[in-house]
Amino acid sequence: MAKLIAGVTTSHVPAIGAALDNGKSGEPYWQRVFGGYDFSKKWIAETKPDVVFLVYNDHASAFSLEVIPTFALGCAEEFPIADEGWGPRPVPVVKGHPDLAWHIAQSTILDEFDMTIVNKMEVDHGLTVPLSLMTGQPKEWPFRVIPLCVNVIQYPPPTGHRCYMLGKAIRKAIDSFPQDLRVVIFGTGGMSHQLQGPRAGFINSEFDNRFLDKFVADPVSLTKIPHVDYIREAGSEGIELVMWLIARGALDEQVKQVHRFYTVPASNTAVGHLILENTH
Amino acid sequence: MAEEAYEDIPGTQVFDARRSRAGYWLNMFCMSLMKDENRKAFKANEEKYIDTNFPHMSPDQREAILKRQWNRMLELGGNIYYTSKLGATDGLSFQNLAALMTGSTQEQYAAMMLAGGRSPNGNRSKSEWKDRG
Repeated sequence: MAKLIAGVTTSHVPAIGAALDNGKSGEPYWQRVFGGYDFSKKWIAETKPDVVFLVYNDHASAFSLEVIPTFALGCAEEFPIADEGWGPRPVPVVKGHPDLAWHIAQSTILDEFDMTIVNKMEVDHGLTVPLSLMTGQPKEWPFRVIPLCVNVIQYPPPTGHRCYMLGKAIRKAIDSFPQDLRVVIFGTGGMSHQLQGPRAGFINSEFDNRFLDKFVADPVSLTKIPHVDYIREAGSEGIELVMWLIARGALDEQVKQVHRFYTVPASNTAVGHLILENTH
Repeated sequence: MAEEAYEDIPGTQVFDARRSRAGYWLNMFCMSLMKDENRKAFKANEEKYIDTNFPHMSPDQREAILKRQWNRMLELGGNIYYTSKLGATDGLSFQNLAALMTGSTQEQYAAMMLAGGRSPNGNRSKSEWKDRG
């Protein structure tokens, strides 16, 4: 049977990808960020997942205002790298796992989550920056990836509670998949940041660190945070943190924290990162 | 309709239904700049590109784009993930745009971020920004 081994949460700041792609990762500014992932690269090389279920958001790359799915599940064989205005990132094409993805689509829809099934989708920095942070610059990504693209740009995004419950439904689907697969779930985005307007540059380390604490020990309390509190306390783009709750919902209630990292800033954003293992 | 609680957050335009509807053509214009051929056509003649391809855009939005009034674009329904594509066409990063929108020099803005960013204290409610005019 398929087994969910662990969860990884991380920010997905585009400038991190640009720093890596342009050979700047050794500079002190960026070393402070990349250094927090040295352990993580070793961890994932040892954990050897077959599939990563990756929760992220598109940044007006694959989807525009024409179609705005709340939860879009990537069921394709592969996902090309989007051109975000500077040419596509020089990273490998992302290979999917259609068998497991379709199984998760069917299972979660019958569990009353109205998923959008996507058979053609380009993926942007929201998905590729976490892959780069966790694996460096490989010729091929060392695992298959199932993208789950969540709308967090058009207000309102799904609630934290809805995300957490979807995580539970995804876990149930993974647990019932008959093939032996080792699966890791990524929840990406955040932490506090605001990119827009006169309040841009907003960072709330106190909020972020409390979120990290609660995320491990008491995630249900986080599912009660209303959207307005995210926007006020974590910045208008900090609302992306609801995506982390999908990953947390999929994990066991009790998890083992094997890594935690936090730094300010990467460009405009507070970077937070956790690795949590299921113990059963 | 009662005003949403998020309208009290200073310096912030939440991209809700009202703004998304108002900003549709402005944002779709920005989206068109994802293609290199469109970026070239826009750069060659900005007014003609807008008038030919986005005739439904409001005169205010058109002016805000041509004058690169980044905050005004947001006030008129623009979303930062879209307006940043216009920024990219001009060679500006998210951090470059943030400096422009906050009225800082690039150096001041980068220094503020390195020092831990803009504090939540004094930046949660419009009532705290009254003195800023």
